[in-house]
Amino acid sequence: MAPERITRADVEHVAHLARLALTEPEIEELTGQLGDILGYAAQVSALDLTEVPPTAHPLPLVNVFRPDEARPGVDRDEVLAQAPATENNRFRVPRILGEARG
Amino acid sequence: MSAATRNGETAAEIAAAVRSGTRSAREVTDAYLGRIGAGEEAVHAFNLVTADAARARADEIDAMIADGHDPGPLAGVPIALKDNLCTRGVATTCSSRILAGWEPPYTATVVERVVAAGAVPLGKTNLDEFAMGSSTENSAFGPTRNPRDPSRVPGGSSGGSAAAVAAEFAPLALGSDTGGSIRQPAAFCGVVGVKPTYGTVSRYGLIAFASSLDQVGPFANTVTDAALLLDAIAGPDPLDSTSIRAEWNPVISAVDEGIEGLRVGVVTELLDGIDADVAARLSEAVDVLRAGGAKVGDASVPAAIHGLAAYYLIAPAEASSNLARYDGVRYGLRVDGVDVADMNAKTRGAGFGAEVKRRIMLGTYALSAGYYDAYYGQAQRVRTLVIRDFDAAYRDFDVLLTPTTPTTAFEFGDKTGDPLSMYLSDVCTIPTNLAGHPAISVPFGTGANGMPVGVQVLAPALGERAMFRAARALELGAP
Amino acid sequence: MSTREVSKAWEAVIGLEVHVELATATKLFCSCANEFGAEPNTNVCPVCLGLPGSLPVLNERVVEFALRLGEAFEFSVPAQSIFHRKNYFYPDMPKDYQVSQYDAPICVDGTLIVDGTAIGIERAHMEEDTGKSLHVGGSGRIHEADHSLVDYNRAGVPLMEIVSRPEMHSAEQARGYVSALRGVLGVIGVSDVKMEEGSMRVDANVSIRPVGSDELRTRVEVKNMNSLRSLGRAIDYEIARQIEMYETDERIVQETRHWDEDAGVTHGMRTKEGSEDYRYFPEPDLVPVAPDDSMRARARASIPELPAARRVRLVSEWGIADHEAAVLLAEPGLADYAEGAVAAGASGHDATNWSVGAVLGYLNENALAPQGLLLRPDGLAELIGLVSDGSLNRKLATDVLDEALRDGKRPKQIVEARGLAQVSDEGAVGALVDDVFAQNSDAVADWRGGDDKLKKKKRGFLMGEVIKASKGSADTAVLNRLLDEKLNG
Ligand SMILES: [Mg+2]
Ligand SMILES: [Zn+2]
Repeated sequence: MAPERITRADVEHVAHLARLALTEPEIEELTGQLGDILGYAAQVSALDLTEVPPTAHPLPLVNVFRPDEARPGVDRDEVLAQAPATENNRFRVPRILGEARG
Repeated sequence: MSAATRNGETAAEIAAAVRSGTRSAREVTDAYLGRIGAGEEAVHAFNLVTADAARARADEIDAMIADGHDPGPLAGVPIALKDNLCTRGVATTCSSRILAGWEPPYTATVVERVVAAGAVPLGKTNLDEFAMGSSTENSAFGPTRNPRDPSRVPGGSSGGSAAAVAAEFAPLALGSDTGGSIRQPAAFCGVVGVKPTYGTVSRYGLIAFASSLDQVGPFANTVTDAALLLDAIAGPDPLDSTSIRAEWNPVISAVDEGIEGLRVGVVTELLDGIDADVAARLSEAVDVLRAGGAKVGDASVPAAIHGLAAYYLIAPAEASSNLARYDGVRYGLRVDGVDVADMNAKTRGAGFGAEVKRRIMLGTYALSAGYYDAYYGQAQRVRTLVIRDFDAAYRDFDVLLTPTTPTTAFEFGDKTGDPLSMYLSDVCTIPTNLAGHPAISVPFGTGANGMPVGVQVLAPALGERAMFRAARALELGAP
Repeated sequence: MSTREVSKAWEAVIGLEVHVELATATKLFCSCANEFGAEPNTNVCPVCLGLPGSLPVLNERVVEFALRLGEAFEFSVPAQSIFHRKNYFYPDMPKDYQVSQYDAPICVDGTLIVDGTAIGIERAHMEEDTGKSLHVGGSGRIHEADHSLVDYNRAGVPLMEIVSRPEMHSAEQARGYVSALRGVLGVIGVSDVKMEEGSMRVDANVSIRPVGSDELRTRVEVKNMNSLRSLGRAIDYEIARQIEMYETDERIVQETRHWDEDAGVTHGMRTKEGSEDYRYFPEPDLVPVAPDDSMRARARASIPELPAARRVRLVSEWGIADHEAAVLLAEPGLADYAEGAVAAGASGHDATNWSVGAVLGYLNENALAPQGLLLRPDGLAELIGLVSDGSLNRKLATDVLDEALRDGKRPKQIVEARGLAQVSDEGAVGALVDDVFAQNSDAVADWRGGDDKLKKKKRGFLMGEVIKASKGSADTAVLNRLLDEKLNG
C-alpha cells in the first residue's frame, strides 16, 4: 500500500508530535523531501510480506537480567551542574500545560 | 598502500616498544600531538584535543612500566575517540549545538576498556551530527576534510576518526557504525574500518542513533592493528542488555592464518550502479584472494536491494525516539518558551541541524498512527528477509565480498542538496547492519581520481576470524 | 438525583486500572535504590536520568514478582513478552518515552474473586514510573503554577499495571475489587499497597447503559482518587453525572476527568483532540522476557495460601461464619495470629472470637499490626484455655487479656499475681450467698412475696451483689445453681 502524498499539514502535525519548532522555509523544504524519501521507502510497503515475521532485533537473546542489588548512582551536584536551570536541588522548567499520561 | 604506514609505525609496534621500555609513552604521545598541531587546522578531525590529559595518561603508563607493571596490549598507543562516546568530565557533543559543552558524569564502557588496555586518548573526533550522515558535512562545528584531498569529504559519519587515522594524528581511532559510518569513511580515507557483530562491543555510553543497528568499532592503518583494538573492546558488558553473553574469541591470532580453502562469495546484487574504477579494483581483489588459495564464486543476497529503503525507515524511527530526550530540561541547550512544550520545541528547533530534523520527522511519521504497519512494520519484515538471504548465502560461503562504496570520496557540497542521493552511498554497507553481522573495509588501490577505494569483507554473526583472514590477504595483495 | 432512584433504568459498567509500585530494592532498569522520601535527585544515575548513551537492564526481581502475580491471579503467561516504548514528551519522564509493555504483556487473562464473584483481569504488565513535579506558585496547582521543579528519584521505579475487564457494576463492587486485589498483593509480598502513600494508584473507567443491554457506551476515565473511600465517592458521582447527561440528552465525550476530593466532583481535563499518538514500537535496548519452567516453578513455590482459598478453608475447618473469616482476613496478619493460637491448642471458634473481638479492637485503638503484638498467639491460646477449664469467666478473661496485650505478660502469670482465679468451690460460693442473703434480707423477702416480674428483678440484684462480693471471681454457673437452691430452699 502506497502512502498518500505528504502535505504541509502532515509536516506540521508531525513537527508537533516531535516537538520541533520549524521555520517557514524548513516546513516547505521538508514537505518535498519527506515525500521523496517516503516515496523511495514505499518500495518496502509494496512488498507482499504477510508470511514474513518482523525482526525487531538482530540477536536471538532472551532473559537478560540484573540482580536486585542497590548501587550508588551519580553525584547530584555533578548532574545538576549540567542542567539549564535548577532550584532547590531540582530541575527547573517553565509551567506545564497539559496532563501527564501513562 | 600496504601494511606499512607512511611514518612507518603501527599500533602493534608502538605497544611492543612501550612495553619493552625502548620508547616512552610520553614520547609517542608528544609525537602524535605534534602532528595534530601541524595538520589539524587543514583537516579538522577533532572537536576537542585533550593534550594535557593525554600527556598525564602517558606519564602514568610510563610510571607503570617503571614499576614493572604491564599496562596492557595497547600500552602507550594514542587513540582518537568519536565524539559520541561519553567520557566523564570531558565535553561530549555528537557535533550538535544541542549538546555543546555537555560533560557526561560517566564514561562509555569501550573507552574504559581501551584505557584499561593502556591506550592514551587524544581527544574527541568530529562526526555528522548524532552520526546522521555520510560526509561529516552535517557537523555543527564545521566539516572534516579528507586528508588525501582536502576538496573532498572524508565520508561519514565517523569522518573525524577516519581522517585522524589517515592523517596519522592517531594510530587508532574508535567510531560507530549504524549503516556504514565506520566502513564508508574508512574506504574514502584509505584506512581499515571494522563494524563488529552486533552485541560484541558494548553500546553503554555510545550516544544512540539507532539502537538496533549501532555498533562501535575500530579504525586503524593496518588489519592487524584493527584486530588488536577490536580484541581490546569486545566482550560481554552487564550494562548492555544486547551484549552477547559469551566470552570474546580473540581475532588477533587468526589474522595471519592465510586463506587456503576459504570460500568467498561476491554479492552480485551489490555490483549494480558501481563506478567502473571501483568495480575494477573489486575484480583485482578477487584475483588476489584466488591467488591466496581462496575459492571465489558468485553469491546472491536478493533482499539486499531493499535494505536501503528498510534502513531509512528503521533508523529514523528509532532515532526519533532516542533523540526525544534532548528537550532542554536536564542538560544541553535550552531556548526559553512560554511553557514547557514551547520550550521543548524551540530548544529542539534551534539545537538540531537540518539532517537530524529530517530524520526525526521521517521516523516520527513512520511510527505514527496509521503508518506503522506500512512503514516501520514492513521494514522489520524486510529485515527478516535480509537475514534469511544472508543465512542462505553463508551455507555456501565463509565470507562475502562487495565494494565498500559505489564511488570514491566525493567533493564537498556534491550531495548536500539531495538527501536521497547521499543515502544511496550507503547501499553496500547497510545490509550487514540490518542483519547484525560483521564487516570490514580494507583499502585496495585507488580510483581514477587518485582517491582510495575500499573493498568490504562480510561474514556471518561472530565470523570475525574468517573475515580478518580475508582482510589481511587483501591488505597484503593490495596494489 | 441519586444513583439509587434511577438504578432501575441504568446500569454502571466499571473497569479499573491499578498501578502498583513494587517493593524491590532497586529500580526497574538500573541499580538506584527504590526508596520513599529520599532527598531530591539523590537516587539517580545515567540510566534513570535518561542521559545520552545510557542503557536499561531489567531487574530480575521485577520479573519474579510479575510471575507471582501470574500465579496468584491465574493469569496465563505467554512464552515471550516484550517491552515497547510509549513516546510522548513530559518533563518528569527523562527519556521522553516510557518503557512499558504494550501488545505482548507478561500476564494475560486473569481472575480475581470479589465477594464470591469472579472479575476478569485483562492483563498485568511491567512499566517504569515517572519522576515527581512540584508546582511553584498558583497554590501548587499545575495550570496556575509559575514554573515547576522536577525530582527524578521516582523515575524508573518498577510498577505493575493491572487492568480489569469492565465487569463491575457498582462503586461498592469496585471497592471490593481493590481491597481483594490489595489483600492478594500484600500476601504475595510484591508491594506494600498503600493507596494513601501512592504505592497503589487506581483509575476507574466508568460508563453506563440501560439495564438489560450489553452494549459498551462511551467511557470516562476518572483519576486522582487516593483512598478506597474516594474511589467509591468518585465512581458514584460519575455514574450520577452520566445518568443525568443521558436523561437530559447531552452527549458524553470520551475524556479523562479528575476527582476533586474536597468539592466531591469530577472535572474534565483539557485534552487536545487527536494529540495522543504514542508511536509505540518494540524497545530495541531490551531483549524479550521468556519465563522458563524454573522461573515459573520458583514463582509458584513462593506463593502462600491466597485469601479466597484461606477463607473457604477457615470456614470449613473451624466452623466459623463466612463473615467472621472475612474480618479475620481483612486485617493483614490477623488470620495468621488466630492460626497461631489454634496451633497452640485453642479451638478455631474461640481463636476467631477473641481475635476479631478484643484483639482487633486493641490493634485499631493503638494503630498496630498483629505482628507487633507483645502477646504472641500461644499467649492467647493460654487465655482461652483458662476460660475453657473454668479458671476464668469471660469478664475476668477480658481484663486479663487487656493487661496481657498491653505488657506482654503471660495470662497465667497475671491471674496468679492478681489472685483472680475463679471461685468454683461450692462451699466458698455458698458462704458468699449466705452472707449476701443475711445483709439483704429485705430483698430476699421481696423475692419470696413477689410476682414473676419482681422475682426476676430481685434475683438479678442478689446475683450482682454476690459477684461484687467475690470481686468478679465467682464461677457464674455454680453461683446460678446455688442461688436458685437457696431462694427456693
Ligand atoms: Mg501505565
Ligand atoms: Zn538509576
